[in-house]
Amino acid sequence: MSGPQREQVPVTARALAWERRRRALAGFWREYARNRAGLFGLVGLSVFVVLAVAAPLFVDPGELSVTGAPGRAHQPPSLAYPLGTDTFGRSVLDLVVWGARISLTVGFLATAMSVALGTLIGIVAGHFGGWTSAVLMRVTDWFLVLPPLVLAVALAAVMTRSTLTIIIAIGVTVWPATARLVRAQTLAVEARPYIERAWALGAGHAHVMRRHVLPNVMPVVLAQTTLLVATSIIAESTLAFLGLGDPSTISWGGILQDARNAGAVSSGIWWYMVPPGLAIALVALSFTLCGRALEGVLNPKLRERR
Amino acid sequence: MTANAERMDAAAPAALTPVLSAEGLHVAFKGRGRRGSARAVDGVDLDVHAGEIVALVGESGCGKTTLARALLGLERPTAGRVAFEGEPLRYGMRPLKTYRRRVQLVLQDPSGSLNPRHTVYDAVAEGLRIHEGHTADERDRVAAALSRSGLRPPERFFLSYPHELSGGQRQRVVIAGALVLEPEVIVADEPVASLDASVRGEILGLLLRLRDELGLSALVVTHDLGLAWNIADRAAVMYLGRVVEVGPVEEVLASPRHPYTRALLSVLPESGADSPVILSGEPPDPTRVPAGCRFHARCQVLGSGQADAAGVAGRCRSEDPGVLSGGTATQVACHWANA
Amino acid sequence: MNYLEVKDLRVTYRAGEGEIPAVRGAGFGLAPGSKLGVAGESGCGKSTVALALLRLLPRSARVQGEILLDGEDVLTMRWGRLRAVRWAGASIVFQGAMHSLNAVRRVGDQIAEPILLHENATPGEVSRRVGRLLEQVGLPRWRAKAYPHELSGGQRQRVMIAMALACEPRLLIADEPTTALDVMIQAQILRLIDRLVGEHGISMMMISHDLSVLAETCDRLAVMYAGRVVEEGPADSVFADARHPYTAALSSAFPKIGDPESRRNPHGLPGDPPDPADPPSGCAFRPRCPVAEERCSTVDPVLWPVEPAAVGNGAAGRAAACVRMLPEMRSAGVAAEPAEPNVAAPEESR
Repeated sequence: MSGPQREQVPVTARALAWERRRRALAGFWREYARNRAGLFGLVGLSVFVVLAVAAPLFVDPGELSVTGAPGRAHQPPSLAYPLGTDTFGRSVLDLVVWGARISLTVGFLATAMSVALGTLIGIVAGHFGGWTSAVLMRVTDWFLVLPPLVLAVALAAVMTRSTLTIIIAIGVTVWPATARLVRAQTLAVEARPYIERAWALGAGHAHVMRRHVLPNVMPVVLAQTTLLVATSIIAESTLAFLGLGDPSTISWGGILQDARNAGAVSSGIWWYMVPPGLAIALVALSFTLCGRALEGVLNPKLRERR
Repeated sequence: MTANAERMDAAAPAALTPVLSAEGLHVAFKGRGRRGSARAVDGVDLDVHAGEIVALVGESGCGKTTLARALLGLERPTAGRVAFEGEPLRYGMRPLKTYRRRVQLVLQDPSGSLNPRHTVYDAVAEGLRIHEGHTADERDRVAAALSRSGLRPPERFFLSYPHELSGGQRQRVVIAGALVLEPEVIVADEPVASLDASVRGEILGLLLRLRDELGLSALVVTHDLGLAWNIADRAAVMYLGRVVEVGPVEEVLASPRHPYTRALLSVLPESGADSPVILSGEPPDPTRVPAGCRFHARCQVLGSGQADAAGVAGRCRSEDPGVLSGGTATQVACHWANA
Repeated sequence: MNYLEVKDLRVTYRAGEGEIPAVRGAGFGLAPGSKLGVAGESGCGKSTVALALLRLLPRSARVQGEILLDGEDVLTMRWGRLRAVRWAGASIVFQGAMHSLNAVRRVGDQIAEPILLHENATPGEVSRRVGRLLEQVGLPRWRAKAYPHELSGGQRQRVMIAMALACEPRLLIADEPTTALDVMIQAQILRLIDRLVGEHGISMMMISHDLSVLAETCDRLAVMYAGRVVEEGPADSVFADARHPYTAALSSAFPKIGDPESRRNPHGLPGDPPDPADPPSGCAFRPRCPVAEERCSTVDPVLWPVEPAAVGNGAAGRAAACVRMLPEMRSAGVAAEPAEPNVAAPEESR
């Protein structure tokens, strides 16, 4: 049962570290590739990300302004406008493609913010315990019982109307769940004998948290993160739909709001409502599929059950 | 057996300052609810001299692990002190860090004491990185520690994860992680209890060889008397927070004087004892230490009336036999044995 | 006739694409009322054998061979019959009593469970039975109301034994019953098991990696290595005078205190057990064997009688699977045909 490493072993410590990462990644990908739903999610996600990044190549930003719209209002889908046009005569397809940029940016940044905040607070609370933990967890609980949407609405109303406000509003409301999860995981990790060994080796708080707790908490956080992105994108759409977004940018929620204002529901202009809604659903689904697959790979207990 | 002879000489100059010692050490834990505080370590004087292996023997709950943790500075004594080379241990962040470079810990369960997400290389290099950061000769020192621990060729194990190794190999990795800092003392808490019988002797042989080659001192905490016989120079038998018998292994284990030591030895399989003394009941509760001799309620000598015949039965029930002092002399905390 | 007879038992686990043989043709017998010790290190297949006896292995395991319990083959039994056998025929005491007990139920209820499941008993009768069982294992009756976490390790192991005895089985399988217990508690539990087995006339199979514990408790010993029995015989003589080098290594692992030979001289066995997916050629023990010879890499030895059994005294028979014990090897020293991995030899000698 020895670990037979038949290949050439690198010579320096740095090369060893890289070799270790390369192997870990290869093993990770092998496991992930066995999950078909996860692969579908990854493909869907890649399509959206590529579209968002490459959007300026095939969409002219000038045609997305209200004044520069090329078509007439509410044209049904045609060859020129595959998904029809909106109230101002802009192509809905172009709008949806362009909207992906804001939706994904907000989703990623808000998630990054809430995960960073939640992980930091969770690890610190779990590691130090005592009154540190008590104070931090009371704050967490306070945020946890606040209705997220109401808080986000309040924040978005108070601060200037910008994308940054939306990101902060979502980030601040989503982190408590992560903090709770991370704290529980930290407590479990800290009870393991290797933490005792690290203390006996002379490790300080920073070393124990960074080298031992964080790597063991990361898998849970990573899986949680991908699920949070879906939540954040939906939250962003909701806020934009409620008219709290930045009116000068195009986002899926904003398109939906415009459609509702234009009476798209009553007048049967389905092509105005369905594409952005479908896009939101597809992106959320892709992230969820990826998150579940990650969970399966990173949490061996779930893997056995499969 | 030449090493054996040298050992005898090395153990002789007892006048030298011990490397590691507990002086009047008490560790108590606050009780929960209605229970009083638990006196896990209740007055212990114990010395470990340079190049000496001391076995601390006792049942679970007798306080031996707490004593080991206190010696490592992982537990603050409520009274008494820990001394390293005669200097009392200071509990600041910085002095503790310096101290922990020189006294290393090997835990019972090698599977648990290695981080599952660290490779063997990272696990062994961890101590170096804590104390010196990344150094140029890190790789060589890790390789040297691994091969010294019997993992050869060391390069083969660098990128292995703990779950790819057998139990014995994992314990060797833990030992290598301790050796890489070139400590003076190793405190090993049940180093072979969770290993297979076949691997046990190999790990014990390794500890013995490290002592002979590097002059390491070791305190081995165990419930396994055979381990003490296999490797230790001196044995200290602990019962309910106190050392009740201490001395060279040949004396403590081959001709035990304390009734508790005698009972422990008699129940070993294949001990050859005609009538094993199986003490009834559970090891007693450190929140309720009996008055008099703390062993008297379970003592077979008192129970059979031998203590009465020797005229000490009254003292057994009312008078504490006291704390044994450090040093290398054979001592026993028993009114009957000392009568 | 033996109460339990295991013949050429083979267990393979499916893992990924490959198959991993965990037990590769193990065989032994257990006479009614006698005690058999099965020794070996982790991964040698001893726990797999124990689970196979009652068909408790996971579905990924493929089991071949014969397991005759009182003449009936467990492996071909119908489901209903198997359930009856699992309680009244044989029961298991697992290692690690903390994990085998349900943490949120009182121990009395857990002991009562098999009685309620398998017998039509009134509640009053059941609680009387539970009380009696607790007293038999040395716990006061009122402890039935305790939850597992309120008991010490030794007490939990006592509860496990009471559960195993609840339906008065004829065979008790004890898998490392004293591992992780202190010497004093271990002595208490071993004495308890010994007394109960004697009083009830139960046959017992005890599994451990500690040969000295088994030698103390059991009548006969079977030593397993890499999925096979490599030595078998009366406990005392196997422990004191091992014929297989692996048994010799196991029996010297735990020193006799006072023996100057083992003082400052621990005995171990270098190396690790073979990878079951990729066993070495010839004798599986060869890479770690201190007395291996050239022929060991080609000959896969079977279990072979090493002492001519006295006529009509089967209990004295001893067998070992080592080339140095094969008679034609001892006399001529010629390379034998690579032997069939079959373990029928001791049967023929009796």
